[in-house]
Amino acid sequence: METILVIGSGPIVIGQAAEFDYAGTQACKALREEGYRVALINSNPATIMTDRETADVVYIEPLNVDFCERVIARERPDGLLPTLGGQTGLNLATQLANGGVLDKYGVRLLGTPLSAIQQAEDREQFRRLMREIKEPVPESWIIESPDQLEAILDTVPYPCIIRPAYTLGGTGGGIAEDRETLWETGLKGLQLSMRSQIMIERSLLGWKEVEYEVMRDSKGNCITICNMENFDPMGVHTGDSIVVAPSQTLSDIEYHMLRTASLKIIRALGIEGGCNVQLAVNPNGFDYYVIEVNPRVSRSSALASKATGYPIARVSAKIAVGRTLDEIENQVTGTTKACFEPALDYCVVKIPRWPFDKFPNADRSLFTQMKATGEVMAIDRSFEAALMKAVRGLEIRQKDLKHPKYESMDDDGLRRAIAKPTDERLWAVAEGLRRGWGVEEVNRLSKVDKWFLQKISHLVGIERRLVEAGKLRGEGEDLSSLIAEAFLIGYPSASIRRLLGVESDDSPFGQVAKAEIERQKIMPVFKMVDTCAGEFESQTPYFYGTFETEDDALELRKAT
Amino acid sequence: MLSDGAVYAGRPLGAAGETTGEVVFNTGMTGYQEILTDPSYAGQIVLLTYPLIGNYGINDDDFESDRLQPAGLIVREACDLPSNWRSTRTLHQLLAERGMVGIQGLDTRAITKRIRSGGVTMGIITHGDPDEALLRLRGTQVYGESDFVYSVTTKAPYAWGYAGKEGIEESSEGYRFRLAVLDCGLKHNILRRFAALNVRSIVLPAATPAEEVLAWNPDGILLSPGPGDPSRLEPVIEAVRHLLGQKPVFGICLGNQLLCHALGGRTFKLKFGHRGSNHPVKDLEDGTVTITSQNHGYAVDPDSLAGTGAVITQLNLNDGTVEGIRAAGVRASSIQYHPEAAPGPWDSRKYFLQFVEQMAGG
Amino acid sequence: MVLGSGPIRIGQGIEFDYSCVHGVWALQELGYRAVIVNNNPETVSTDFDTGDGLYFEPLTLDDVLDIVAHENPIGVVVQFGGQTAINLAQGLADAGVPVLGTSPEAIARAEDRDLFDRMLVELGIPKPAGRAVRSFAEAETVTQEIGYPVLVRPSYVLGGRAMEIVYDHDRLEEFYSEAEDANPGQPVLVDKYLLGQEAEVDVISDGETTLIPGIMEHIERAGVHSGDSMAVYPPVSLSGAVQAEIVEASCRIARALGVKGLMNIQFVVVDERPYVLEVNPRASRTVPYLSKITDVPMVQLAVGAMMGRSLADAGYESGLWGGGALGKPGTIAIEPGSGPVSLQAPRFYAVKAPVFSFQKLTKVEPSLGPEMKSTGEILGIDRAYETALYKALVASGISFKPSGFVVLTVNDRDKHAAVSIAKELVAKGYLIASTRGTHDTLEAAHIRSTRVLKIEEGSPNLLDLIIAGEVALMINTPGEELREEVEAARIRRVCIEMEIACVTSIDTAAALAHALDVFEHPEKATCLPYHEYLR
Repeated sequence: METILVIGSGPIVIGQAAEFDYAGTQACKALREEGYRVALINSNPATIMTDRETADVVYIEPLNVDFCERVIARERPDGLLPTLGGQTGLNLATQLANGGVLDKYGVRLLGTPLSAIQQAEDREQFRRLMREIKEPVPESWIIESPDQLEAILDTVPYPCIIRPAYTLGGTGGGIAEDRETLWETGLKGLQLSMRSQIMIERSLLGWKEVEYEVMRDSKGNCITICNMENFDPMGVHTGDSIVVAPSQTLSDIEYHMLRTASLKIIRALGIEGGCNVQLAVNPNGFDYYVIEVNPRVSRSSALASKATGYPIARVSAKIAVGRTLDEIENQVTGTTKACFEPALDYCVVKIPRWPFDKFPNADRSLFTQMKATGEVMAIDRSFEAALMKAVRGLEIRQKDLKHPKYESMDDDGLRRAIAKPTDERLWAVAEGLRRGWGVEEVNRLSKVDKWFLQKISHLVGIERRLVEAGKLRGEGEDLSSLIAEAFLIGYPSASIRRLLGVESDDSPFGQVAKAEIERQKIMPVFKMVDTCAGEFESQTPYFYGTFETEDDALELRKAT
Repeated sequence: MLSDGAVYAGRPLGAAGETTGEVVFNTGMTGYQEILTDPSYAGQIVLLTYPLIGNYGINDDDFESDRLQPAGLIVREACDLPSNWRSTRTLHQLLAERGMVGIQGLDTRAITKRIRSGGVTMGIITHGDPDEALLRLRGTQVYGESDFVYSVTTKAPYAWGYAGKEGIEESSEGYRFRLAVLDCGLKHNILRRFAALNVRSIVLPAATPAEEVLAWNPDGILLSPGPGDPSRLEPVIEAVRHLLGQKPVFGICLGNQLLCHALGGRTFKLKFGHRGSNHPVKDLEDGTVTITSQNHGYAVDPDSLAGTGAVITQLNLNDGTVEGIRAAGVRASSIQYHPEAAPGPWDSRKYFLQFVEQMAGG
Repeated sequence: MVLGSGPIRIGQGIEFDYSCVHGVWALQELGYRAVIVNNNPETVSTDFDTGDGLYFEPLTLDDVLDIVAHENPIGVVVQFGGQTAINLAQGLADAGVPVLGTSPEAIARAEDRDLFDRMLVELGIPKPAGRAVRSFAEAETVTQEIGYPVLVRPSYVLGGRAMEIVYDHDRLEEFYSEAEDANPGQPVLVDKYLLGQEAEVDVISDGETTLIPGIMEHIERAGVHSGDSMAVYPPVSLSGAVQAEIVEASCRIARALGVKGLMNIQFVVVDERPYVLEVNPRASRTVPYLSKITDVPMVQLAVGAMMGRSLADAGYESGLWGGGALGKPGTIAIEPGSGPVSLQAPRFYAVKAPVFSFQKLTKVEPSLGPEMKSTGEILGIDRAYETALYKALVASGISFKPSGFVVLTVNDRDKHAAVSIAKELVAKGYLIASTRGTHDTLEAAHIRSTRVLKIEEGSPNLLDLIIAGEVALMINTPGEELREEVEAARIRRVCIEMEIACVTSIDTAAALAHALDVFEHPEKATCLPYHEYLR
């Protein structure tokens, strides 16, 4: 085989962002490393993957069957890699295959077979497979016409979730509390689905949502790259959830029960490459349900790659051309193989970035339809510090956990804000804890796991003490140790100044406080993300800052 | 403090006091409760590389033995307010109750890297004067010269069946097989897995002579995991040597090393061992790779197996060390990792079934 | 040290990551050790093998200063990471950290309205009348001086947030506080709104030589945010004289500011005269697009300029690049001060079109305006303008459903243009449907159209037609009246939900009409590796 055609994901839209440039670029590099000539088609010029240095020949043409066929006719590729261009790339590859274009030109689909992709994406086929391998799926109904929809309006348990099949990022889905909403949302979903197919399923609102990024090669070797726990319980699209890696509140048995299920699924589907498995986990028992499988490289896999250092897209591309996990090297350590499971020695927090600052009138509620345009990730040795980094990295008005809107909200309003997922719920939750409602009550309202709430409570506690100390003008607790504590938990100088209320305060107290902040300021060291928690020597200059004693970045710099 | 005098300051965790042991690290991100009750950690101070430990608390079910086994515990941050439906107490409470000394709030990655480059070393957790502590540390017997197996093994035989631990005299009716287990530092989950396959285990002290083992008329013999240098366990090796060929034998971890010695091979100490839930092992027979749970500081010397009748069946994909051997002539096989998981991946459970099938073959 | 652009958001997308990555590579090529700071996990810039070091940290001043203290770099590059990075320039400079390229003072001069206006006056370069104000009273005064309509917007805000074209005093009163709230403490900009042809350039300068790789002409007229307009390179309607004036003004601004690196300038052309609308002293979102279609390694040259290598030494002169579509790489097509020139026919056209995510954002009004709403973009490139337009439209999701009416419902200002669009549609055999006002206009021009009722006029109405699936394409331009707005906005929203292409600018519709022939015969479009168009 000589030439491989890679289909990109096209323009950035909600649900399909820069992650596919990252994945596509890695894939092109990996395929060329393996000696293939890479032809690429993508309509988005603002990408590294469409650089002439990335692929051997680049077509910036519309992503439709017409132009793809013309590219195929011109380039006569031997293989087509469909799983790295998001849903766009996958849908297009499906159309090319079903339309006979691939057969006509003798193009082989690489990686996961199309039948497996269809089995993962078609709800009915997927459920049948899950039943075969005895993995639990929530009760659900597949609806393909308004008549069928009408027929089940009285049988379905409410609230229920509506998910259209074959759309980008869950477009057109929603939650219905009653039959009227189910009717309206269901009809819309039928129209939006490429196959006029929607699934209605039992709502698992309040259950934990956990994801596993798994990989499989053609020999059947299966590994987990990363698991992730959503801060937001079930009901919010994972692209709109605050996500933490690795999972924090699963015991070893629970972790491996879900890992085993995920690997069983990827095996049963026969995926060759990366795959994302989403699971709902009962917070009060060992029950779980398999929610969804993404049989391709996705936004979650970009996050998992950055969270662990494991290059999922690169390895997926190599698997697609027949390499096996035990042959591919671990690029990060340079000394081990890609067939292993990354061990993290830090905590990762992702927060989505929503466009509501631009669209103040948009509906800010979050459910199964993704609304975020992007995301930030933060790494630190504690959850608190990682969360604070992520918050201030969002580049929104809130640089910490204080939000005037919620600070000035009455209790009833705040209760509703905590209970309803929106882009600002984190701040509502923090305000509830700030008002002393306690972890139990906020958990009851939000269903956010108490572990997260404890940590936020910890941050809010420091924040309250800083605000108090500012009001008492230094008369209260010892300012030096409080400031030192604030630094350690992850408040930067700017936040400490703001919370003490001394940003532009040149009174004697203001000056003392600011001088104290300078004095107590701790310089971070920079630790390496090395996929192996320090077990093997690594040369990868990928760092995050933290307050510890030893500096990996300095060491590596000296060594090279 | 490590034996080279390196000092890491932290805050106390668990029981007050001082402890010494061989400092080892484990890279698993879950499983602290299982690790803390795994007898193979006897004599060792365990450092957990994942920084947030204790998040899901301690429950009543996930104990792998009846007591806490390591000499001490090192973590970056111990969670005081855990969250999990099964949690009954915190990590700190468990350690304090059971008298284990721990430390938290130090740069665990720095210590890990030191062990990675310098090899495992003795260490002390103390609140006293560093110079004096170093003297005490240097006066402690080093790990490799201690015999831990005899202190962690069961004092008297007992049985394990469907309902868990039970008296040896109880009936074996309703079970498919009877397994004799030489307990060098057994984890409960090994017994649970066999029970799930209708096998009743007779757990015997490590130093039980061969004829006493055979007197139980077992269908097979399991060589359990355990702590320390296998070459020091001559009486056990001797017993295994006599058992070989009599009954099907399966070894796990230390059991793998004991089988190697019994066949006439040798073992050696690894620089910093394998401890974690992510170790890839390649099966040389079918070419597949499995992610395994590991906890060992010694390994089988492959060259020493020449002429013993044993073949290497599995290798570690990271460093090429021996992960499994088989001596078909004497119906014995073993693996260096933990098919019982607890903690770690469940991908190797098939070995229990395989051994049961072997017992069926007589 | 290269600062990244943080999370993808509207107004700051993947384009900036492209520039950051190329910035790092260019520095490496010059022999520097280049590290990157960014916190977006989706990007190539945060791939650990992109640079010599990746610091996965938030892009705040505190965090960046900590990394600077640790790395002690020769300098920090703020030009590629969009507004995120450029906003840190002054803070870094205040902390004594060398900012590479265009100085923080020059950045401030370009971003501070008063300073910038003064500079343009000194240079004799025209701009729309108006200024920065700090109170509503002041805004009223300015409006009295310059007359309505005015463009009102907050200063130092990304992507045209809280930006509006205001036609009367009542709306000014309403909107002023919104603009003020968008960036509290900063002045509000009130400018004469000039309806004209918009154009923009990205320039690379070393302070002496200023290279303009290409001029892009916007397809939608002024009033639509540049990020939401379709743009074509090379220009299709700008005269040689206007292009020469744009070149001249760009070179003079670059020199006056002392730009070292990249800068983006936007113009509005009225009566053959380019007025400067905005200057961004950094890499803009059009850099990747322009780099690809002109074959000028823009980021690489900008990095060279920042690091003290002159463009002249790299073989470039001041003026408009003669390569790309103009066909003569290595030459200058328009030198600054050259006066009117005549340009030969381009060898290709490259049309950039925005892509929106309205499907995902319920209750967002999808019509185009001064506030940016698109999340991404695509490129259509071809030998002929029509085919390039076709590709851009198709790739951005605008196409005809297989059957049904093309609905025209346009505001009064657009009625005239609607007639010619309708003529072309009818000539191609499309069925037209329109609401009363548009219908009357078309009837008067003897164009066959089926009249449909507005929602308020009873049923069956336009909404019913859409829901029945009988609309192939919607052309609906927003008016000024609020009541109409509500209905029109609802119609547009329904189209979005029903996945019917909805064109909200009469200029986009005209472009569509222009490409109709290719919609009928897609085989007229070519399909080539993009660099072959440049040959």
